Amino acid sequence: MAKRTMEPFVWLLFSGGGVAAALVLPVLLLLFGLALPLGWITPPDHADLLGLLRNPLTRLGLLVVCALALVHGAHRFRFTLQDGLQLRPYDAVIATACYGAALVGTAFAAYLLLVAL
Amino acid sequence: MPDQITMRVARYRPEQEEEPTFDDFDVPLRKDWSVLDGLNHIKDELDGTLSYRWSCRMGICGSCGAMVNGEPKLTCATFLTNYAPGPVRVEPLTNFPIIRDLVVELTDFMRKLGAVQPWLIREEEQPVSEGEYLQTPAQLDEYKQFSMCINCMLCYSACPVYGLNPDFLGPAAIALAQRYNLDSRDEGEHKRLTILSQPEGVWGCTFVGECSRACPKGVDPAGAIQRYKLTAATAAVKSLLMPWARP
Amino acid sequence: MSAPSSYFARLHKPRMPLWWWLRRRTYLAFVLRELSSVFVGWSVVFLLLLVRAVSRGPAAYQEFLDRAASPWLVALNVVTLAFLLYHAVTFVNLTPQAMVVRLRGYRVPPLALAGSMYLAWLLVSAFLAWLVVG
Repeated sequence: MAKRTMEPFVWLLFSGGGVAAALVLPVLLLLFGLALPLGWITPPDHADLLGLLRNPLTRLGLLVVCALALVHGAHRFRFTLQDGLQLRPYDAVIATACYGAALVGTAFAAYLLLVAL
Repeated sequence: MPDQITMRVARYRPEQEEEPTFDDFDVPLRKDWSVLDGLNHIKDELDGTLSYRWSCRMGICGSCGAMVNGEPKLTCATFLTNYAPGPVRVEPLTNFPIIRDLVVELTDFMRKLGAVQPWLIREEEQPVSEGEYLQTPAQLDEYKQFSMCINCMLCYSACPVYGLNPDFLGPAAIALAQRYNLDSRDEGEHKRLTILSQPEGVWGCTFVGECSRACPKGVDPAGAIQRYKLTAATAAVKSLLMPWARP
Repeated sequence: MSAPSSYFARLHKPRMPLWWWLRRRTYLAFVLRELSSVFVGWSVVFLLLLVRAVSRGPAAYQEFLDRAASPWLVALNVVTLAFLLYHAVTFVNLTPQAMVVRLRGYRVPPLALAGSMYLAWLLVSAFLAWLVVG
């Protein structure tokens, strides 16, 4: 029997995160990171944006995208450190730090999207 | 075209030196000469002590792998004129321990090939009286590409993950496993799962893709590995959600 | 260890240099692709900060937009966007190599698979843009 490993499950999340990050993040960053602050497009009213964010579908959708993208980034960064900086002996620490950060980020996202809004 | 080219060949003679060095040799630059022809000229005419592997000289035996100007190549399939005016640097395949000159230690690779159980596994063998296992051309196409591997190890030299972690199963071994997993006559996929679905198996691969770029036979081991990740992940989810199901 | 005899094989084991990924253009492209993970993380953080600002009221929202317009943040976000695009393009282009998709027994050609992913990307982006500014 295969030595019980979490790798397959993490990889599925990583792949899902890759799709989520690729499809959703570029346009959102273009809008909120550049177009709106720099005035290329008139920013939406606070009330409109709040209404949009408060929609349960938006909350859920954003939460899923954030969670998956964070796991994707964490997984990839873990391997970047292992291979790029040859830190493989410290994988246990690195993996914990990376996935831990993703977990914290997801918790923050859940709080913001489900409670604070 | 000049009539000579310098071949800068790596030498390692453990009985007389600690570290590998380079020797320069001027060989004739003939338009139909491969790097292997150059090496054979050196051994025949210039320095009989040069050690290297070769056999078929036509790109099918997989013996003559070496680094040519830093790229993993079959020396029989790489032509001197492509490197004119030279020098052409010839070194042993990266990521393998060097025994002597261009000869590398293959044991790890050979062991890994065997470890994936590269043969048809059946629940029950069909009796001879029932004839051969039949297979349609479409079924053959499923795995044919992965059966083209000549075990030349260029992919292991190209793979930085293998260079960083010698425990990594590696491109050729996993592609070979897939050659059998995808063969309609094989029933042993679940038996190979154990060795493949490990951190040192497919999960160590970060899809650099260099292995497929280096492969002289178009095998695409990177594709084989990524496809298996999905297979293994699906199997893991299935065994989690339906533990009673047969693997 | 005894002195090596002429029959003693001492294997030379090469070490992988720390800067192995600078040796080849394809290795460098790979490492940059992997580093996009950092910028994916930053994008998520940035968007969550936006959500937090919006949840705190119009003044906080305006302050967020003003801060986002500062030169350093704009520069960071330009770089981030570049890496996000690099991630998206490499991810879509590699998917056909990583996955065989079958529709009713017929294998979807790689170009069609990548093309449909780009189309999905376009549609999702257009939809999200419309939701935000439409």
